[in-house]
Amino acid sequence: MATITATPKHVNTSPYYSFQLRQFGVKSLIFMVAIVIGFIYLMPFGNMALMAVKTQEQIVASATGSVLPMEPEVFVYEGKNYDVYNVPFPDGTVRELALFKKGRQTSEFIDPANPTAEAITWEGNWRGLEQVSELKFHFENFSTAWDMLNFPRHFFNTLAIAILGLIGTLLSCISVAYAFARFPIPGKNVLFLILIGTIILPGQVTLIPTYAFFAKIGWVGSQNGIPLGWLPLIVPHFFANAYNVFLLRQYFMTLPRELDEAAVIDGATPFQVLTRVIVPLSWSAIISVGLFHFIFAWNDYFGPLIYLLGARDFQPISVAVQEFNFQYGARPELVQATSLMAMVLPIVIFFFAQKVFMRGVVITGVEK
Amino acid sequence: MSTVDASHSPPYIPKKAKIGEPQSRTLQQQQRLWGWIFLSPWIIGFTLFTAAPIIMSLGFTFTNFSLSSTDPIEFVGLANWQKLLTDPLALTALGVTLKFAALAVPIGIILPLGLAVLLNAKHLFGKRIWRTLFYMPYMVPAVSGIFIWMSFMNAQAGWLNRFLKLIGIQDPPNWLGDASWILPAFVFMGIWGVGNAMLTMLATIQGVPTELYEAADVDGANSVIKFFRITLPMISPVIFYNLVLSVIGLMQYFVVPYVVTRGTGQPGNSAYFFNMHLYKTAFTFFDMGYGATQAWLIFIVALILTVGLFLSSRYWVYYAGERE
Repeated sequence: MATITATPKHVNTSPYYSFQLRQFGVKSLIFMVAIVIGFIYLMPFGNMALMAVKTQEQIVASATGSVLPMEPEVFVYEGKNYDVYNVPFPDGTVRELALFKKGRQTSEFIDPANPTAEAITWEGNWRGLEQVSELKFHFENFSTAWDMLNFPRHFFNTLAIAILGLIGTLLSCISVAYAFARFPIPGKNVLFLILIGTIILPGQVTLIPTYAFFAKIGWVGSQNGIPLGWLPLIVPHFFANAYNVFLLRQYFMTLPRELDEAAVIDGATPFQVLTRVIVPLSWSAIISVGLFHFIFAWNDYFGPLIYLLGARDFQPISVAVQEFNFQYGARPELVQATSLMAMVLPIVIFFFAQKVFMRGVVITGVEK
Repeated sequence: MSTVDASHSPPYIPKKAKIGEPQSRTLQQQQRLWGWIFLSPWIIGFTLFTAAPIIMSLGFTFTNFSLSSTDPIEFVGLANWQKLLTDPLALTALGVTLKFAALAVPIGIILPLGLAVLLNAKHLFGKRIWRTLFYMPYMVPAVSGIFIWMSFMNAQAGWLNRFLKLIGIQDPPNWLGDASWILPAFVFMGIWGVGNAMLTMLATIQGVPTELYEAADVDGANSVIKFFRITLPMISPVIFYNLVLSVIGLMQYFVVPYVVTRGTGQPGNSAYFFNMHLYKTAFTFFDMGYGATQAWLIFIVALILTVGLFLSSRYWVYYAGERE
């Protein structure tokens, strides 16, 4: 008996303790994994953000040195620029001084903190000294890129295409989803299967005749300042698409039919049922459809690329940024600045509407 | 026996107003008519922008239709198909596309699945923040994202290679300038695009009935067994759905290689995807007949792969609602 109690007190051998310890281990392991993946996800953003605020010289310097936008510190005195150096003194101190008068044997320095004081004479060759560098962000890259790209113009183009298409998507998809959710159409199930089937239809197979058709009726590029090439990017959205119809139909089916019936008894036509009963109850689904379309339009690259070929003034941001960047590839800081500017709006919208957006993704992705 | 005189008060028949249930002939017809009216945008759109173009593009494959010449359209039989099957560049491009799909499909399923499992882990702290973080890059417009990654993967100054050097890899690859690294680099760029797949997988994992796990606990199963025997079969329909979508998407892969290589597919055609060839044929040379033939080839390839997936799904996709 005595041998058992002789176990040293500080070692906790209770099963619960080891359970806790293991839990802690598992928790920190999982957290570490998340941190590593998160780090990989965010690194390109960091690369971009810092690149966007550097000058050409800073980019060259940072290829071998610090990743931060450093540049030599300059002290301005009586309208003239003086470089600042780390100057060691015989007593072992190192002071940051501005080089005032260069000399081979001795140089004169002034103290930036006290420029009016007498110049400090230092023995030795100034070329051996280390220049002081400071952190300097060049936010003017953004305004440069903004002007060079004519950002407001392309921003307006994107917004116009997105909003006009958005109106079409909402009108047509709500209507079609309502038809699928509520009406006794013969062969409805087959039609619905065909609709869903269009999701897995590769776009190229319809691309060429569609393009040839729009080209024949003149809906490409621009004419006399009218962006006819916008029409192929807008008009087809007035004819519904599978993802959004699916999402809305799923939502409409969850609404109790009793509500429709009550409205019908009160003398509402099917159209009034839609506008007065179904739509007011479905705002969250309608908003997610709107967001999907907006993000799609903001992202769309291939459509504008082919339909707005050569109509530079009417291209949306995606194509404009790419053309700008092909042209100014030698100015990586501007390339990164434009990339950042183009992604601000979608990201901001996402952060505000995250919940609605993610729920929409889950409905369209999971229930099929 | 009834004391009520039936002739004076007819029996009450509740008036049914249930939409979609047959009651009177005319009402049902009226309902159908409304249904067709509401459905019409899609019927018109499907005919105009899907059905007709598919048939027309098949027709184009047998013609010399071109938007750049004024020659009359002529029937050329199988000449376009013959040209395509002997066009070395087209075959190279098809090879690049298939090779890339073979690389990208597994990652495109395993990564979002892994992230979903991670986000579902009981012990993860700050789940919502992580979910937002992993999803957010999906919102970055494609063109911006490509330029951001190009800079990140720059052989000298990019953070990726600087980081690799930092952790001791002396000679990191020149990702976008090396024929054998450019496809893996595109796959790597794709990690920003797994948000949707991750969310749908996460939602499905969360929807697996907890009784199944409890029963497995009683039988003494560990987490790994539970994942492979319960989670994976239960979410296999969503995996299947994402697999089909990603195969179709990869057959249409265009924007990334087009922007990164400026349409050239260099180095050495290693990034010359099939759609870049199609784009060049149809929108640089405006040879619509040959372009349509290429479109049909990739459509047939996609169709074969999709049908293959559907056939295989009988063996590995589990639908909980179905009886074996």
